[in-house]
Amino acid sequence: MTRKQKRLALVGGVFVAAAVGVALVLSALNKAVAYFYVPADIAALPSPPEGLIRLGGLVEAGSVVREEGGALIRFTVADEVSQVPVSYRGILPDLFREGQGVVAQGRLVNGELQAVEVLAKHDENYMPREVAEALKEQGRWKEGEPPPSKP
Amino acid sequence: MLPLAFITDYANPEKFERIARPLTPVLAAFAVLAGAAGLYFALFNSPADYQQGESVRIMYVHVPAAWMALFCYTAMAAASVAGFIWKHPLADTAAKATAPIGAIFTALALITGSLWGKPMWGTWWAWDARLTSVLILFFLYLGYIAVWEAVEDKIRAAKLAAIVAIVGFVNVPIIKFSVDWWNSLHQPASVFRADGPTIHASMLTPLLLMGVAYTFTYAALLLVSMRAELAARRLARLDRLQTERISGVREE
Repeated sequence: MTRKQKRLALVGGVFVAAAVGVALVLSALNKAVAYFYVPADIAALPSPPEGLIRLGGLVEAGSVVREEGGALIRFTVADEVSQVPVSYRGILPDLFREGQGVVAQGRLVNGELQAVEVLAKHDENYMPREVAEALKEQGRWKEGEPPPSKP
Repeated sequence: MLPLAFITDYANPEKFERIARPLTPVLAAFAVLAGAAGLYFALFNSPADYQQGESVRIMYVHVPAAWMALFCYTAMAAASVAGFIWKHPLADTAAKATAPIGAIFTALALITGSLWGKPMWGTWWAWDARLTSVLILFFLYLGYIAVWEAVEDKIRAAKLAAIVAIVGFVNVPIIKFSVDWWNSLHQPASVFRADGPTIHASMLTPLLLMGVAYTFTYAALLLVSMRAELAARRLARLDRLQTERISGVREE
């Protein structure tokens, strides 16, 4: 081997070793790296998780109820498989609405998540208001869906 | 091969200077023009978003900064490979010059992202995979710069820094795909995605203009920084020669 080839082998070897190491660590951590559980994850657990957890999903349409003059908010977070009821006392982010992705942090008590924090998730769709209105009127798009590719 | 010949031809610092000196103001001019056009559209002549309202304008500063954070790191790692393996004399200089620029783009992405996160998500910061991996990228830049500063012998410093840059490159695909591999608070990509952009053309145009402006800014700053480094090196060499002559180490 020439010196050049030796250096190439050294750098390649170090990089591959680092990449494999990081990949192993990340795959071992898999669930811990995830920022939140989805309702299906919780339904699949043998027993409900204890302590603070984060639950992410869509706020189910028609599920938002305000009690005690708006101080207590109840809603359901759902994915395609399952849903979890959530109660929350506090200030909601501006993006919070039915059909919106949210991440709620709290404790599971009798199947209900008593949230201490509710964050709104933003999706990857960007468009002007008028375009969104027009698409909705034409029935070509609903909130939370990716917009049709040809406007 | 033309690109290879081009790269080896300009390995000579004097040839590099001959090209880089006139090129610097041209690149800077493109950066200013694209930046002015991009900011005009981003701030005054583009629509508010249907969900985010006016806050969408933060995106025009944030997203290109995040692109450049990854682009600069990739450039730094590539230059480090060229320097470490092929001993290209300008590659280490290019990698060293890229690091602080990349670190600033990363800091800009983190800060503007935080400013956007508070009104939209409801929090300044979340330890999700995307945000955390970009913070690690910022520390990798700082670590790379620290190696150059800490090691006295510049040839050894270049080797050690190159290894840091190359190993750290593992983080780049993790950042890119973090939002697809794990549940994260940060949204998935809107522009560079398999099924095409999910961002309306009226918003994509100012975003791409800003991306062009940032790229030219990087190129101009890179040349300025590399030329300064080469000039400093030449000055140090002349200084050394003169000291030797005065002290009579070298008889003429």
